[in-house]
Amino acid sequence: MSERTLKIALPAISVCLFLVGWSFYVRTAEVSAFVLPPPEAILVALIEMVQTRELWDHALVTVTEAVSGFLIAVGLGISLGFIMARIPPVEWAAKPFIVLLQLIPKIALAPLFILWFGFGLESKIVIAAALAFFPVFSNALQAFKSVEPGDKDVFTILQANPVQRFYLLDVPSALPVILTGTEVAVVLAMIGAIVGEFIGGNEGLGYLAVAHLQNLAVPELFAVIVILAMVGLLLYTLIGRLRQSFSAWHVSSETA
Amino acid sequence: MPFDARQDRMEINVSGLTKVFGDGPSAVTAIKDADLTMERGEFVSLLGPSGCGKTTLLRIVAGLESPTEGTVEIRGNAVWNGTRRSAAATRPVSMMFQEARLFPWFTVVENVALPLRIAGVGRKERLERATAICETVGLKEFLHHRPNALSGGMRQRASLARALVTEPQLLLLDEPFGALDAMTRDALNIELMDVCARANVTTILVTHSISEAAFLSDRVVVLAPRPARITAMIDMPFDRPRGLELQQSMAFQKMVGELRQKLSEGE
Repeated sequence: MSERTLKIALPAISVCLFLVGWSFYVRTAEVSAFVLPPPEAILVALIEMVQTRELWDHALVTVTEAVSGFLIAVGLGISLGFIMARIPPVEWAAKPFIVLLQLIPKIALAPLFILWFGFGLESKIVIAAALAFFPVFSNALQAFKSVEPGDKDVFTILQANPVQRFYLLDVPSALPVILTGTEVAVVLAMIGAIVGEFIGGNEGLGYLAVAHLQNLAVPELFAVIVILAMVGLLLYTLIGRLRQSFSAWHVSSETA
Repeated sequence: MPFDARQDRMEINVSGLTKVFGDGPSAVTAIKDADLTMERGEFVSLLGPSGCGKTTLLRIVAGLESPTEGTVEIRGNAVWNGTRRSAAATRPVSMMFQEARLFPWFTVVENVALPLRIAGVGRKERLERATAICETVGLKEFLHHRPNALSGGMRQRASLARALVTEPQLLLLDEPFGALDAMTRDALNIELMDVCARANVTTILVTHSISEAAFLSDRVVVLAPRPARITAMIDMPFDRPRGLELQQSMAFQKMVGELRQKLSEGE
């Protein structure tokens, strides 16, 4: 068999073995279905759930929160990163706050945000944004700072104005590193949205998970986790694709 | 030559130029009290070992580094007003560096067109002009390649095309072909000489190659380190156009010997 087919076949086989082993274990070891349901029960619950309108409404809420938070984090992270890279005194002044905020486990701020912004979408968006901000910001700061001095010399000789410098040099130089940060950020934004829903409110996949737990509907709880994983994977893949296409330097203004 | 005629053709005037990096006991004098005047269309090389301040001198003329003392004028306009660079004085300047400094997010022709884009030339016109200049430096087949796909020599060709696309009056070259193999280097030097002569461009070349300096220049400025300063200026009395065979001639060899002598005196 060629390496190519092995690379496709082996993961499929290992996943199947894992599921069969799981199912077998649950049946023979007499584990309570409340603790660990067999995978086929989860599949049944999953199929039933995706046919309900309710699930998609909840999923849409979570995605809205995560994506809004993510976009806010990207906007703020890139702008603040650029400003601090360009004007070092701003970075020096902001340094204590940056260090402090990085040291706090930001999840711990979630209850506070619920208190400030209520039980609706807003508080979850803020939590998602707070978690997603740092990877974007620190990558942007680093990337804008490390634009090659020799490349800057070229733009000085060409007498480029600050706006031209920004979009013809700074942004394309920094983009690959910033996009790496956004890959981490999108995952954190999902976590932020879900944690927010755990704590308060009555919509979203995180709320759904808690509701199923309280009803001891364990297969349904697992089904929600599977769906969350799928949504996370979808967002991560989207950003990953975006990054790859930019890193290959297909970002061209004139041939595109 | 009557003084007035000379004044009229004067392109560059460097006077009493000194640059000190840092201060206190750790201060380093990169160049001390340098004087240099150049006429329009003249090709001058700054020749010296590393640490002699030749690159610093060039960067101050280019407007990339401010002088500690002294003045630089291009066509009568001061490049530096204290530590403020004058955009008007450095407008006719183009520069090439040791690295090609092409941008990987643009294709070759877009890189070459970049100076025109920054100057506000429309898309159609700038791509036409860039294409034309790429063809003259032998990049016709590589117009739409990414710079990363090019060899070192081809990249420097593209870099040369970018430096020439604005039709500069003053070309500053910081060891542009230093990292290339000898054959590519010879070929590019011949092309460079052609272009400069045809467009009557005033050129300053920083180099540590004695034969390159002698071959290309009207005049060679010899610099020495510790303290970094100009120690000699020697005319290269060879007829133009020059071909590679010049380098075999007795007169050329003798000149190379003389330059080597001047360089070692400065040590």
